[in-house]
Amino acid sequence: MSIFLDETTKVVYQGLTGSTGRYYGLLNREYGTQVVAGTHPKKAGTDVEGIPIYASVADAKEATGATASCVFVPPVAVKGAVMEAAEAGLELIVVITEGVPAHDEAWFYNKLKADYPGTRLLGPNCPGIISPGKANIGITAGHIAKAGGPVGVVSRSGTLTYQAVFELQQKDIGVTTSVGIGGDPVPGTSFIDCLEAFEADPETKAIMMIGEIGGSAEEEAADYIKSSVTKPVVSYVAGVTAPPGKKMGHAGAIVSGGKGTAAAKMDALRDAGVQVGLNPTEAGDLMADIVASL
Amino acid sequence: MPTPPPRQTEDHVDLFEYQGKEFFAEYGMPISPGKIAFTVDEAVAAAEELGTPVMVKAQVHTGGRGKAGGVKFAPDMDAVREHATNILGLDIKGHIVGRVWIEKASDIAEEYYASFTLDRSAKKHLGMLSKEGGVEIETVAEENPDAIAKIWVDPVVGLSEQAVRDWVAAARLPEAAVEGSVDILQKLYTAYTVGDADLVEINPLILTPEGKVHVLDAKVTLDGSSEFRHPDYEQYDATQTRDEREAAAHEKGLQYVGLEGSVGVIANGAGLAMSTVDVVNQVGGKPANFLDIGGGANADVMAGALEVINNDPSVKAIFINIFGGITRGEEVAEGIIEAMKRVSIDSPIVVRLDGTNAQEGRDMLAPHLTDRLMMEPTMLSAAEKAVALAGN
Repeated sequence: MSIFLDETTKVVYQGLTGSTGRYYGLLNREYGTQVVAGTHPKKAGTDVEGIPIYASVADAKEATGATASCVFVPPVAVKGAVMEAAEAGLELIVVITEGVPAHDEAWFYNKLKADYPGTRLLGPNCPGIISPGKANIGITAGHIAKAGGPVGVVSRSGTLTYQAVFELQQKDIGVTTSVGIGGDPVPGTSFIDCLEAFEADPETKAIMMIGEIGGSAEEEAADYIKSSVTKPVVSYVAGVTAPPGKKMGHAGAIVSGGKGTAAAKMDALRDAGVQVGLNPTEAGDLMADIVASL
Repeated sequence: MPTPPPRQTEDHVDLFEYQGKEFFAEYGMPISPGKIAFTVDEAVAAAEELGTPVMVKAQVHTGGRGKAGGVKFAPDMDAVREHATNILGLDIKGHIVGRVWIEKASDIAEEYYASFTLDRSAKKHLGMLSKEGGVEIETVAEENPDAIAKIWVDPVVGLSEQAVRDWVAAARLPEAAVEGSVDILQKLYTAYTVGDADLVEINPLILTPEGKVHVLDAKVTLDGSSEFRHPDYEQYDATQTRDEREAAAHEKGLQYVGLEGSVGVIANGAGLAMSTVDVVNQVGGKPANFLDIGGGANADVMAGALEVINNDPSVKAIFINIFGGITRGEEVAEGIIEAMKRVSIDSPIVVRLDGTNAQEGRDMLAPHLTDRLMMEPTMLSAAEKAVALAGN
């Protein structure tokens, strides 16, 4: 099994008619994802390489039975796109768009929690989700992941997600699902949501969790692992050697006053029984040992 | 094949105190009259216009101005001249004072603290209010946490007047300060949300002997991602504090942090860039920088990144670590080839390329490989090669 996404998931692409949305929508279809529709308020009735365009997500859902959406619209339109997908009753909304204002994120996160609890939001500013061999939503290069498990991957950073599944592929280790939760201040799906789902997924036997400096998501995940995860977890926290007080790109990745440092996060994770690698390759080696002993 | 647009760099925009006060004033909060001055003569002219006594306040993007001698009371014009002379050019924690804010002095009966920011754990807005203002709130939080009244605001629900009244009561502000505080705190929340701020902080919020509540200092950080609905925020770009290398990188839309070493690092994505810095350190090298070219970077962006790195004289080798997702291998390769044509790159380059269209990229680079441009199959081997080339 996989989590959140499999070969039966039907996906509508919001922003399929834009250059980026089109490029990755078609790549996702090529991978095997059921890319059933795109939306554009003024281009209903047209198509992108055979993928029909509807005026709204609701129309697309009615016509195609779509259950998930992938959002490629510009930052200014993300809030509207997320609400449109939630109101249409989709189960999964994956927002790839980067540069969404934090206040918009905080708003639609809480709006979905309150009014659309059945909708899972992933992102914004995330690479998406791939269940290798089944389906791929987002911008991950499909060929870097080996299908079939037994490892579930969750990561805050897009490129490190790729690095992690690629390291596993190089060691001939498969992945059930790899989830990029994104590095923004208010991610729709958290480490804990993914840990919970991987714990419940019988095909996932071990979990790779890639964190980074800043915030307290890794510490919270460590608490959750301690109390509720029985499967082995391997982790790597990027920014081990980042100088304190320096902002390293992501809104999230700020180290200040001893809080949110890689050292603090690694300590919390080790304390929860997690094996911690000091770089992605070392984390891959640790996971290979675990998989070999399964 | 269409090229994705270069990513919008995500940024925090720090305001100077006077910019923060002007920002607050737009939302109807009471601030003192004042003027900005870049020279001693301008400071004196400002004080003459405002009338003494005034405060002379250094404008820098760092705390601890008072302790460093950057905030002075001037009862008369001679004092204004003296303080402005001393403060302009002053070094406060590495920030050289280039401008002073001359403000009509206020009588203070009491000092409070108020702020809003995002609580990333709770995923709600967090308001903090304390009757112990005027000092570092971190100190209050450590020594007397009960002195800070906290309120979590659901952005969908918003902040009602009654919630603010309860919050002010919880902070045990004196009766005389209640009405004024309730008014200012509601406006502060509006400024925070409508203005797309990451942080709004008033420290101190004062009560005057006449019983007026008043904003005496302002610390504001805006969310650069919101510029599409606040085109006026562009004005603050000129007053951000960046070192020369960082400023050059910012111009090209790159996320750059200067470090001390000799291995220039270029990677896509903040996570991979941090990880690259980690790996360079772990194989015994010293990274010269963190540079994230972002998602969807095209050939131009890669060429720009190489130029930025090339301008850093301490760089002895360059490590380009790309794992393509939304960034494509052939664009990366084109950028490297383009940059090497455009400028003479002083240091040898080691490239590691995987992910989307990596093979296309590698094939494009293959005919250009020399002892100045090398390719390595893994992140670790590429780091080792770059560190060896840098000679440390």
